[in-house]
Amino acid sequence: MKPSDELLSIEKVTIHYETEDGIVHALNEISLTMKKGETLGLVGETGAGKTTLAKGILRLIPSPPGVIKQGRILFEGTDLLSLNENQMRAIRGNSISMIFQDPMTSLNPVMPVGDQIMEVVEAHTKNASKEEMYQQACDMLEMVGIPADRSHEYPHQFSGGMKQRVIIAIALACNPTLLIADEPTTALDVTIQAQVLDMITALKSRLNTAMLLITHDLGVVAQNCDRVAIMYAGQVIELGTLQDIFKRPQHPYTKGLLGSIPSLTKNVRRLSPIKGLMPDPTDLPPGCAFAPRCQYASDVCTRGVPAIYTLSDTHQVRCVLAEQEVNHE
Amino acid sequence: MGKYILRRLVMMIPVLFGVTFIVFFIMSLTPGDPAAIILGDQASGEALALKRIELGLDKPLLVRYATYMGNLLRGDLGLSYRNQIPVAGQVWDKFPNTAMLAVAGIIVALIIGIPVGILSAKKQYTFMDNSSMVLSLVGVSMPNFWLGLLLSLLFALKLGWLPSQGMGQGFFPLLRSLVLPALTLGTGVAATVVRMTRSSMLEVIRQDYIATARAKGITEKQVTNKHMLKNALIPIVTAVGLQFGHLLGGAMLTETIFSWPGLGRLMVDSITSKDIPMVLGSVIFMAVMFSFVNLLVDILYAFLDPRIKSQYGGPAKRRKGVVA
Repeated sequence: MKPSDELLSIEKVTIHYETEDGIVHALNEISLTMKKGETLGLVGETGAGKTTLAKGILRLIPSPPGVIKQGRILFEGTDLLSLNENQMRAIRGNSISMIFQDPMTSLNPVMPVGDQIMEVVEAHTKNASKEEMYQQACDMLEMVGIPADRSHEYPHQFSGGMKQRVIIAIALACNPTLLIADEPTTALDVTIQAQVLDMITALKSRLNTAMLLITHDLGVVAQNCDRVAIMYAGQVIELGTLQDIFKRPQHPYTKGLLGSIPSLTKNVRRLSPIKGLMPDPTDLPPGCAFAPRCQYASDVCTRGVPAIYTLSDTHQVRCVLAEQEVNHE
Repeated sequence: MGKYILRRLVMMIPVLFGVTFIVFFIMSLTPGDPAAIILGDQASGEALALKRIELGLDKPLLVRYATYMGNLLRGDLGLSYRNQIPVAGQVWDKFPNTAMLAVAGIIVALIIGIPVGILSAKKQYTFMDNSSMVLSLVGVSMPNFWLGLLLSLLFALKLGWLPSQGMGQGFFPLLRSLVLPALTLGTGVAATVVRMTRSSMLEVIRQDYIATARAKGITEKQVTNKHMLKNALIPIVTAVGLQFGHLLGGAMLTETIFSWPGLGRLMVDSITSKDIPMVLGSVIFMAVMFSFVNLLVDILYAFLDPRIKSQYGGPAKRRKGVVA
C-alpha cells in the first residue's frame, strides 16, 4: 500500500476499562490500516472489542473507566490521540463520522429530526446563515429518501428503518472521509437491512467515503466489503481481502466462524460451531487468546502471543500454525 | 389537548369532595367549643348556647356538612367564626403574599438545585459529587423552623443586614424582607431538586443519543443543554411542581417564624382558634391550588416531550400512512 493512499492507521492501540472488578482488556495492541474509499469489514463476537475500537478512533471512550494505554491512531497523517478536545471536535462528525447500532435509541427523542441533522452542519460550517444550513439538512433528508417536509417531525413519528436513514443523513451531512458504521443493521428487520445497507453503499461510493463496517454477520461482509478484519479478544487475528478470508481462511477461529454458517450447496448434517466461549477480558489466558478453544492448540500457543505472519500482500494472520505455512512455501 | 384538560378539571371535583369531607369531620371531632373560644371564658351558658345556634352548631354534623357543601357549590365559603368576615375574601387577601414567597423560594431552589445537580451527575463519584450529595442530604433533613431561626439569628440579630419579621412596604424593603424566608424555604427544596436533577441526568447521560450527539462534534455545553438537560427535565419539573404546589398552600412554619402575612399563618391562627370555616376554606383553597399546579405540570410535559403530546392527542403534526 502506498503511504499516500493510507487514510487510517491504527498502531498498537491498547484500551483498558479500569473497573472495580478488575481491568477489562478491551483492546490489546491492535493494529489496522485503511485505504481511502475502501470498505473494511470488522467481524467478531460480542465483546471482541469492535465497538471499543470504533469509539476509540473518535476518542469517545467514556473515561473513567476507559483508558487509552498506548498506541497511535494516524488519520490522514495526524495522530488523533495527540489532539486536544477542540481539535478532536473539529474532526468528529466532519471528517470521521459514526453510525450507531440501535436507531431506536440513537436519536434525541425531544428534538425534531431536521434540527438534529442541522446541528452537525452548524458545528462544522462557518459563514452560512441558519436558513442555508437548515436547507442543507433538508437536502440530506431527501438524499436518504425522506421527504424534506417531514424535517420538523420527531423521531417517534418515524419507523426504525427511517430513523436509521436519519442517522445516516447525520453521519454523511459533512461529507466525511471515513464513516464508522457500528452494526448499522443489527436492530432492523431483514428486509429493511438490505435497503439500509444498499443505501449506505450507494451514498458512500457517491461521496467517495471510506467505511469501517462493524458487524458479526459474515453475509453482510461478503456483500459490502473490500477487505475483512477478524477480531478476537481485542486483537485482529486475521486480515485479508474477501477472497483471502472466505476462500483461504488460515486462523482456526476464522475457519470456525465460516463453519458455523449453513451452506446451501453442500450437504452437511450438522453445523460445526466453535466450542466454548470467548475468554473473560479481565482475565485473558497467556499466549494466544483463542488457544483454550482451539482444536489445534499446542504448548507453543500458550507460551507467548503469536506473531503476525504475512501470507501475501493482502493476507495476514496471527497464528503459529501459519508459521509452518509460510516456511513451507 | 383541550379534552384532556377538561377531563382533568372534572377529575378535581371528587378530590375536593374528599378533602372537604375529611377536614370537616376532623375539625368537628376535635375537642373545644368554637362558641367558647369566640366569647371567652367569662361568657354565660346562655350566651354560649345562643352563639352556638347562631353558628348553626346545634344541628347534627351531617346537616352542617350538607349546608356547607351547598354554600360551597355557590362559591360561598362562609363567614369566619372569629371576626365574621367572609372567608373567601381573607384567603384571597393573603394569597398574593404566599404566592410571592413561594415563587421566591422556588427561584432560590432552581438557582442552586439545577446547576449543582448537573455538575454532580457529570462528575459522578468525584469529590464535588460526593460533597454535594452530603450537603443535599443535610438540606433535606434540616427542619425549616430550625434553619429559619439560625438564619434570622445570624443575618438579622447578629449582623443586622436583613429584617427578621414581617413584610416590607415598597419594592426594596419588600425584597429585603423576602430574602430570609425565601432562603429558608428554598434550601430544603433545592436539596430535593439537586438529587432529582442528578439522578435524572445520570439516566440520560448513558443514553445512545448522547453518544450520537458527541459524535457530531458539538461542544460539551451543547451536549449538556440541548441533549441531556432537555431529556432529563420531566422528573425535575415533576419534583419542582409538587414542591411549588405545597408552597402555594402556604409554608406554615416559615411564615410563622418570619411573621409573613400569608396563608400558612392564617391557617395556624385559624386552627388554634378553632375557626372551622376559615380552616376549611384555606384547606380547600390549598387543594385547588395543588391540583392546578399538578395539571399545569402535566400540560408542561406535552411541551417538553413530543411523545407525550401525541398521547394527549395534541396538535403534533401527523400524516396518514407515513407513521409506522
